Amino acid sequence: MMLSKYEQTGKKATRQGFGDALLELGQANDKVVGLCADLTGSLKMNAFQDEFPNRFFQAGISEANMMGVASGLATAGFIPYTGTFANFSTGRVYDQIRQSIAYSHKNVKICASHAGLTLGEDGATHQILEDMGLMQMLPGMTVINPCDYNQTKWATKAIAEIDGPVYLRFGRPGWPVFMPEDVPFEIGKAHLMKEGTDVSIFATGHLVWIAMQAVNALEEEGISCELINLHTIKPLDEEAVLASASKTGCVVTAEEHQRLGGLGSSIAETLAMHHPTPMNFVAVDDSFGESGKPMDLLEKYGLGQKNVEQAVKDILRRK
Amino acid sequence: MADIQRLKDIASQVRRDIIRQVHAAQSGHPGGSLGCTELFTALYFEVMDRKPGFHMDGRDEDVFFLSNGHISPVWYSVLARSGYFPVSELSTFRKINSRLQGHPATHEGLPGIRVASGSLGQGLSVGLGMALGKKLNGDDHLVYCLCGDGEMQEGQIWEAAMFGAHHKVDNLIALIDRNGQQIDGPTKEVISLPNLKKRWESFGWKTMETQGNDMEQLLQALAEAKNQTGNGQPIMIIMHTEMGYGVDFMEGTHKWHGVAPNDEQTEKALAQLPETLGDYPLKSNDAE
Repeated sequence: MMLSKYEQTGKKATRQGFGDALLELGQANDKVVGLCADLTGSLKMNAFQDEFPNRFFQAGISEANMMGVASGLATAGFIPYTGTFANFSTGRVYDQIRQSIAYSHKNVKICASHAGLTLGEDGATHQILEDMGLMQMLPGMTVINPCDYNQTKWATKAIAEIDGPVYLRFGRPGWPVFMPEDVPFEIGKAHLMKEGTDVSIFATGHLVWIAMQAVNALEEEGISCELINLHTIKPLDEEAVLASASKTGCVVTAEEHQRLGGLGSSIAETLAMHHPTPMNFVAVDDSFGESGKPMDLLEKYGLGQKNVEQAVKDILRRK
Repeated sequence: MADIQRLKDIASQVRRDIIRQVHAAQSGHPGGSLGCTELFTALYFEVMDRKPGFHMDGRDEDVFFLSNGHISPVWYSVLARSGYFPVSELSTFRKINSRLQGHPATHEGLPGIRVASGSLGQGLSVGLGMALGKKLNGDDHLVYCLCGDGEMQEGQIWEAAMFGAHHKVDNLIALIDRNGQQIDGPTKEVISLPNLKKRWESFGWKTMETQGNDMEQLLQALAEAKNQTGNGQPIMIIMHTEMGYGVDFMEGTHKWHGVAPNDEQTEKALAQLPETLGDYPLKSNDAE
């Protein structure tokens, strides 16, 4: 299996995948309703709003109320998709999500754009790097972080099929589109992109693309990398994690998130319990971000291609 | 025409249930529960058009949300007395392995509860969402939602106020339990709430006031509110109550907001409240 299957076919923002899928979903399922807190354009929800004005609710800059209204709509049997930035979808409304949605087991899909450093110039106030940790701590919450436009589109549709709260995280910048149309997307199932024998690399979100570039470079140097796309942070595909870690004997994780509470933390817990394995983390190390260009920020905060390569080389020495 | 005496008799039993639940658990919130007993009795035994059994989606029936979840004892009593679950289950209030959590929750599957509440300020938003859902479903039934007056200090309430008026959620009747008390003292000393009626009016809600411990006046206000639905505005009833109403030594003070009576106080309270529907049996290890 080679990574050449995943050739870049263009560049689109993952949030566009969300918006495009929401429109199609609205056409296919009349129970789907949309809510947005004054960021309809940013979330690409305009198409849904235009086509289904009666099923779209502008909440204004009132995220707490939006989460409660979504809970009520879900109680009445609808499938609400809320849209705002990741920061305002999580930290700002944590208690509303906890009580009115998660504890009450409401079928609300919390859709969060502009996650992470790649938000760019707006800076650290908006660049949440703690959101996956916050959301995956909530009992019963499914957490999904797709890697490109196509995968975000599939994920947006797939979450309508499961009954229960979901946190769907995506981003702002134009990003390479590389996931072929025929790759199946299944919530909770890791996606093996490339087999290898020396190291297992588990990546999620935008960092899948970065990890792919690192893998190509490492393979040139004769390092056989197994690359697994973990779009579902929770529930974690423990079977896939353990199978790959057992095979290669060392692990690197890559994510646009704090190390604490992210994908790497979850994998470390799984490995510690079932198959202790040397491990390295490509993640933000207990820091806020800052303004700048997305790729520059990823490099500055240790999430660039070179960081992944270095993490692999370091862990191979500890194997 | 409502049978006022019947409703008053039910209310007396509900008050007994409140005192006995809180006493047996030695925790809980009797004050606000007693103050809102007329409202819960009126809604469940007279006003709301309810379907038999419990249906989470509340389709084709009136539904109720409690935003100030700490007054769960009154809700549990009325839900049990109106057939949602066995009255005997009231003896499990706040105990381990019970469906009657300290604050209402859906987690244990208690019939009658549609969302968890307790962390304040959230229920009105949920009620608005349910009301919008009813409109989408072409269901012309109503959504009722009770909030505490202390809850008006939560920012989310005013987000909901703006949203409800903007989206013309005119199939929702909200109420504020205006007892003027909160945990730390009278609301006017903690964070005062002046001009509550004007505030809600200025936010675009059809706003009314009523006495909440007088069954006749309350029924009249609820009927008037129902008449006002469908006019493009959400409705708010500011319901003036006395915290602890019906038990003389608990009346009008914040001190019984979240305190359980001891054995002697319980006896004294129950002596003021005639048993009308029959007390539920206490668990054997609970002394009365």
